[in-house]
Amino acid sequence: MVGTVSLSTKNREQKSELRTGNALLGLLPIAAGLGIATLMHFFLPGLIGQFYARIVTDIGITIVLAVSLNIVNGMTGQFSIGHAGFMTLGGYTAATITYYGSMFLWDSAGKHGGFLGSGEWLFIASCVAGGLFAAFAGYIVGLPSLRLRGDYLAIVTLGFGEIVRVILQQTGKTIDDVEDFKNAGWAQLIPPPVGGAVGFDGVPKYTNLFWVYAVLTITIVVAYRLKGSSLGRAMISVREDEIAAQAMGVNISRQKVLAFVMAAFFAGVAGGLFAHERGVIISPKDAGFQRSFDYVIMTVLGGRGSITGVTLAAVLLTALPEMLRDFEQYRLIVYALLLIFMMLVRPQGLLGIHEIWNFWQRPKSSVKSASPEAQV
Amino acid sequence: MSDFAQTLITAIAIGSLYALIALGYTMVYGILKFINFAHSDIVVLGAWSSYTLASRILPKLGLNPHNPESVPPIWVAAVVLLAAMVFCGAVGFTIERLAYRPLRRAPRLNVLITAIGVSLLLQNVGQLDYVFGASPQKMPPLLPSWELASFTFGEGETARRLVIGLVDVVIFATATSLMLMMQYLVFHTKLGVAMRAVSFNTDTAALMGIPVDRVVSFTFVLGSTLAAAAGFLYVMKYPGMNQPAHTIWVLLGLKAFVAAVIGGIGNVRGAVLGGFVIAFVEQFGAFYISTNYRDVYVFTLLIVILLVKPSGLLGSPLREKV
Repeated sequence: MVGTVSLSTKNREQKSELRTGNALLGLLPIAAGLGIATLMHFFLPGLIGQFYARIVTDIGITIVLAVSLNIVNGMTGQFSIGHAGFMTLGGYTAATITYYGSMFLWDSAGKHGGFLGSGEWLFIASCVAGGLFAAFAGYIVGLPSLRLRGDYLAIVTLGFGEIVRVILQQTGKTIDDVEDFKNAGWAQLIPPPVGGAVGFDGVPKYTNLFWVYAVLTITIVVAYRLKGSSLGRAMISVREDEIAAQAMGVNISRQKVLAFVMAAFFAGVAGGLFAHERGVIISPKDAGFQRSFDYVIMTVLGGRGSITGVTLAAVLLTALPEMLRDFEQYRLIVYALLLIFMMLVRPQGLLGIHEIWNFWQRPKSSVKSASPEAQV
Repeated sequence: MSDFAQTLITAIAIGSLYALIALGYTMVYGILKFINFAHSDIVVLGAWSSYTLASRILPKLGLNPHNPESVPPIWVAAVVLLAAMVFCGAVGFTIERLAYRPLRRAPRLNVLITAIGVSLLLQNVGQLDYVFGASPQKMPPLLPSWELASFTFGEGETARRLVIGLVDVVIFATATSLMLMMQYLVFHTKLGVAMRAVSFNTDTAALMGIPVDRVVSFTFVLGSTLAAAAGFLYVMKYPGMNQPAHTIWVLLGLKAFVAAVIGGIGNVRGAVLGGFVIAFVEQFGAFYISTNYRDVYVFTLLIVILLVKPSGLLGSPLREKV
């Protein structure tokens, strides 16, 4: 025992020396992710064709949504079924900024500038703005969680998604003409005319593989670093046992609200990407519970709190419907049966609470714990 | 005045439907502690199986199901209602047996996901061409369109008529008698005592010799029959039927669920109260403020009530023991 104490102080000294180096090392995954995103952007459509490139884009956006929902549902153990509401809110905010912003800046709502051009910077800034707005909404929705537990919170988030849907349905027609927009008074622009029930058409289609996979990289890195941090462990303690966590000095309300805000932020950014995707017209329908259910299903199938598991589930569940497209009528039946079967056979999800690399490490650690004497 | 009274009548009719559906949600929640998302699809099943049966029976009686003037004798409606209830009860039993029972000890989230899966399955099997089909249909009339009472308010141009139709009265009467039967069953029979015991503490109930599985099955059958009745009555009032996977059905179920939560989920009387509260807020809000936001009123009310009284109007506060 004495030996271990001195060892741990030694470790600590080494750690502080390594801290600056670690910070740089921490940026490595982001740099690698951005590199891969750039490569994908330039070469993937040529390799697999536009149709599959679009599916790959869809998969990227879905992963961002599923991984961010996993912060609330998987790590903190709350049950949010209004994630699509945050996504749509962020999407509409971002689309409003790029659409009317482009009209204001460049007199046209079309695309402006090429790869990494001024138009794309407006687009990504608007996505971040959408994320911030969604995060604010997440704060508002998270507040009731101070008083509500479990299923009741789920119902509130469900109600939130429905309220977003109905309110967006009541908005006015979009202004197509630049002159009309410039002459419009504040009364016409507040609340912003974003197309009502038919959806927000004419949004410039900026979303490309680079931006989707750049956002995806940041989301996954943040989620993964969060999971290992003291903050993330506090969240996991709330999931495991609220009362015990409270006894350990974890501020459970704060953790819950924080989880909501973070998840909503990424959902909002993903919504921005979704709204600007080619072939997509974002509409109030997207805020409904059906889409939220999709993401909940992904977090459950992937495994609670397992980032790689949820990513895997998001890839499978986005690709599967595309593959089953040929027998359209039976697609959702197969999907439903798969879901029920999965819950009966492997209720902890594909990977349980583990990350994918834990499966290679496991034999080693089991040997270790099986014979503690051998170490001494 | 007549507008007010007309809205009141609609609210009472719709409220009794919400209450019927909410009872199913609240009973399952009370016993198994999970939200049975497939419940709204049982309502749809009730509606569509009554349609299928009615459109088969009517030609046999020499009536044209597509002619709104030809009204069959009153026993046809009763037979269709009973058949739908029996059928949905059987389906409810099967669902519980195959999908939920194996998960009795699993985390609640998994059961919830399974419920979503069952819901998707029911919707999409219903949409198949050789089941119900994916296009809207019109329910043939089974009840005569009598006006039991009609009053006229005002004179000339501004005159408004207030009509109490047979449909509204039948809905209210059927729903009320079913709810009274439920009330008797839960609070005055041995089976009801067993149900309440299982809801209070499953393990202790099992130790006391209560056949838990049988009680749970019975609860599902009971909830599903009530849902079927609600589905039948709903299409009596609104004969234009949407396809089984249409959002309008899910919303109907969601509002009934909201009713159960507002009344205090797990509480049978609360579900009935919640059903009427929701219907009143929805109908009067739609009439006096704006029809477009009718869903917003319901969900806002839900959030407000949960914030002020987290366990619902009649729910008892949950105490957590360490």
